Amino acid sequence: MASITFREVEGSSLKYWLLFGGIGLFVLFGFLSYLYMHHHGHVVTGMDNQIVWGLPHVFAVFLIVAASGALNVASIASVFNKPMYKPLAPLSAILALALMLGGLLVLVLDLGRSDRLIVAMTHFNFTSMFTWNVFLYSGFFALVGIYLWTMLDRNVKAYSKAAGTAAFIWRLILTTGTGSLFGFLIARELYGTAMLAPMFIIMSFAYGLAIYLMVLAAAYAWTGRPLGDAVMLRLKSLLAVFVAAVLYFVVVYHLTNLYFAKMGSVESFILRDGGIITTLFWVGQIVIGCVIPLVILLTGLGKQRTWIMIACFLVVLGGIAQMYVTIIGAQAYPLDMFPGMTMKSSFYDGVVHGYAPTMPELFLGLGGVAIALLVTTFAVKVLRLLPANLDDATVAKLEH
Amino acid sequence: MAGKIKRLLALGAVVLTTAALAWAGSDDQPKAGGAPKPVITKAAKGEQCVEPNDFMRRNHMKVLLHHRDETVLEGIRTKKYSLKECINCHASEKTGSVAASKDDFCVSCHSYAAVKIDCFDCHSTKPQGSMAMHPLNAETAHYAHKLAAQADRKISAEDMAGIAQ
Amino acid sequence: MSDMKPMPETSPNSPERRRFISAATVAAGVTLVPGVMLIEVAHGRPEDQPASSAVRWGMLVDATKCAAGCDECVSACSTENGWTPVAESKHPKQAPQWIRKLELQDPLTQMETNLPMMCQHCAEPPCVDVCPTGASFKRADGIVLVNRHTCIGCRYCMMACPYKARSLVHEPLNDTQKPDVPRGIGCVEACTFCVQKVDRGDGTTACVEACTAAGHNALVFGDMNDPESEISRRLRELPTKQVRADLNLNLGVRYHGI
Ligand code: HEC
Ligand code: HEC
Ligand code: HEC
Repeated sequence: MASITFREVEGSSLKYWLLFGGIGLFVLFGFLSYLYMHHHGHVVTGMDNQIVWGLPHVFAVFLIVAASGALNVASIASVFNKPMYKPLAPLSAILALALMLGGLLVLVLDLGRSDRLIVAMTHFNFTSMFTWNVFLYSGFFALVGIYLWTMLDRNVKAYSKAAGTAAFIWRLILTTGTGSLFGFLIARELYGTAMLAPMFIIMSFAYGLAIYLMVLAAAYAWTGRPLGDAVMLRLKSLLAVFVAAVLYFVVVYHLTNLYFAKMGSVESFILRDGGIITTLFWVGQIVIGCVIPLVILLTGLGKQRTWIMIACFLVVLGGIAQMYVTIIGAQAYPLDMFPGMTMKSSFYDGVVHGYAPTMPELFLGLGGVAIALLVTTFAVKVLRLLPANLDDATVAKLEH
Repeated sequence: MAGKIKRLLALGAVVLTTAALAWAGSDDQPKAGGAPKPVITKAAKGEQCVEPNDFMRRNHMKVLLHHRDETVLEGIRTKKYSLKECINCHASEKTGSVAASKDDFCVSCHSYAAVKIDCFDCHSTKPQGSMAMHPLNAETAHYAHKLAAQADRKISAEDMAGIAQ
Repeated sequence: MSDMKPMPETSPNSPERRRFISAATVAAGVTLVPGVMLIEVAHGRPEDQPASSAVRWGMLVDATKCAAGCDECVSACSTENGWTPVAESKHPKQAPQWIRKLELQDPLTQMETNLPMMCQHCAEPPCVDVCPTGASFKRADGIVLVNRHTCIGCRYCMMACPYKARSLVHEPLNDTQKPDVPRGIGCVEACTFCVQKVDRGDGTTACVEACTAAGHNALVFGDMNDPESEISRRLRELPTKQVRADLNLNLGVRYHGI
């Protein structure tokens, strides 16, 4: 098998520092938003006692789900032994770590008492899915970290497959855990189902790969390194499969819900009467997030790099819309405490809850995305993560 | 090899600093610096503390935290180490509080020692039954019509009898 | 730092033992002071004793007596526990509400029902299951509380509660709390069954007192484990329901007339 040279990105150009500074600015905005929210309390957000998880959770859960998906390329390389993916693996691992870090920071900084993080690390309640997730997330950092090490250091290369397999299994459990965060909430009609866990896994494949593709293409374009069509086309076909699978799961999920009479009203809320939620579902999640990308990826358009990038971007947008619908939509729909009765109270019982996110929430969420990008940008500069050359000839040699 | 480790370390450092940065934002306390010596405001009530002064100075946090868990989790309501009782005795005559001004009992020592406590985010700094003594602010205005009736009333047997007739 | 003790043993005592204990306490109460004082004596547990699982505090809401437009229970709760009534809050959407009046109407028959809704003090509380730090807990005597010393404000419990009984404190309270009822920014809170009053031996809650004082008598509070308590007697006689009984949470609040 031909060997591949990995090389750091030249990180002293003005272009690099502009990128770094631009992303850094968003990290700064995110941090200022946090300080503002922490000082005044959640009263400065659009969240209230009805919509208790808002935009920061949308971003956080999206990033965490995408993180485990970003590891996919590495898993395919080491677990399923596909040599073509080997050179792509280190970037996949670092991106997974970076996205996870971004997501967790947003999650933690949105706590009502973020200053008590230490309590969350020392007091555990093992019936809580949240507690298990704390362990799943820490384990993810450790395992992916080790895996990355086995890829970067020749001395421990022999363990790469074992580490990769462990990380792969772990990430499946992790996404199941993230999905179950919602799946275990019996109170909310839309959540109490085991479907959420597998659905989150398949979504993580799509979102993670879309982000990976964008980062890969950007890194190669901006550093002037050759990136052949072989890699791009292989990955975009994979993305098409994942996006189709997401669409399939979403359809099955809503069809099974419609089958149960008691879910009828909440389903018609999401699918028909939910205003912004309904729009986000059909336009954001289905059309922008699934249909258009599928059309692009499966037709001739998918041969052009620009269109692939557009498709990836749309998948990410659709993913955020999907999280919004899943997280906010389920809270917006009133709890049905007395089936068959209309309800009225000072606590907004029986009415659909509105939610208007404020600037600090948006920037906190974007701050998480920015952290992920900043870490990645920095990592490719200081570590040998990217192959110097990925043109078709080099890649073709790997296959033999 | 050494270079690689260095780079790995550098990456680790970045990740940690970012986390630490976020973390640091959560406590914005000023450091001790040249703070003046603490003033121990004389307790308004009582001849002596619940334990010898020396012991209290060193161990008040321990007894408080222990009692706190006993009370909240188990419902043990002994008075001795109760925070409410500390406040009843130690609230200053001037501010009527243990933590309203920089010389108040629970503040002056702590700012000298650069200790930050969050207890008074939640716990009232004023003695029990003192609502009436203090000017009502916007948040408590709704008590106005209840104040007269409220004055630390316990239900007596007569009251109960009246209610149950 | 704060070495939290494990939660007090909440496994139910054997029924025989429980019956024996309550019979014994009641006997003591009767011999000391006959009549109304009974409630106080039976439950005025010494201050150094932990709450006991021999007791299960509960409430009966008789919706047929709950008057439309009356909110005595709500304002009594706000006064006792120091939360600002919604009408006076600067941020009504974000203001905590420990108890609220619900107006129900059957769209077909037009029949109206009024009732107060608050923490139902489940025996199997979903909020306790989901709390990552164990701050949500059920005390031995069945009162579901938030230990605000370990609450990190993640709001998972609010997502899990089928009754929307919990609120987050969205803004600083600036020392307006009542000395008996600490509350604070960033933590989740809910009805405590007036734990400060119960532990003091009042044997009742602010909302029940207010409802009784207003002459509606729609609320009864007491020990559901004690067969002689007023609440147990009334629960034996009246048909009652649990809200969202399908969830099988074994609620501490039972409703008649819904
Ligand atoms: C009965 C009233 C009373 C109660 C209750 C009380 N104290 Fe004191 N405390 C005193 C008195 C009197 C002193 C002696 C110093 C003084 O005169 O102010 C004192 C001294 C102290 C000191 C030492 C101050 C120094 O001189 O260095 C500390 C610390 C202290 N108390 C903390 C507490 C704490 C914490 C609590 C609650 C657990 C508490 N006290 C409860 C009356 C009380
Ligand atoms: C987020 C709000 C919050 C914060 C912050 C907080 N407490 Fe509490 N504390 C409570 C609540 C609520 C109770 C329960 C009161 C009850 O049940 O009567 C309580 C009860 C207690 C009690 C038992 C009751 C009493 O007065 O003795 C102690 C002791 C106590 N807290 C100590 C502390 C100390 C010390 C700190 C600071 C390190 C602190 N608390 C910070 C909310 C808080
Ligand atoms: C004599 C000075 C003094 C007084 C008065 C005093 N403290 Fe302290 N307190 C300290 C010192 C010093 C520490 C730090 C001890 C350490 O870090 O080991 C401390 C620590 C604490 C802590 C633990 C903080 C932490 O996070 O570790 C609590 C809680 C506390 N004090 C509560 C109180 C309360 C409540 C009062 C008022 C009733 C009070 N203290 C009055 C000196 C004082």
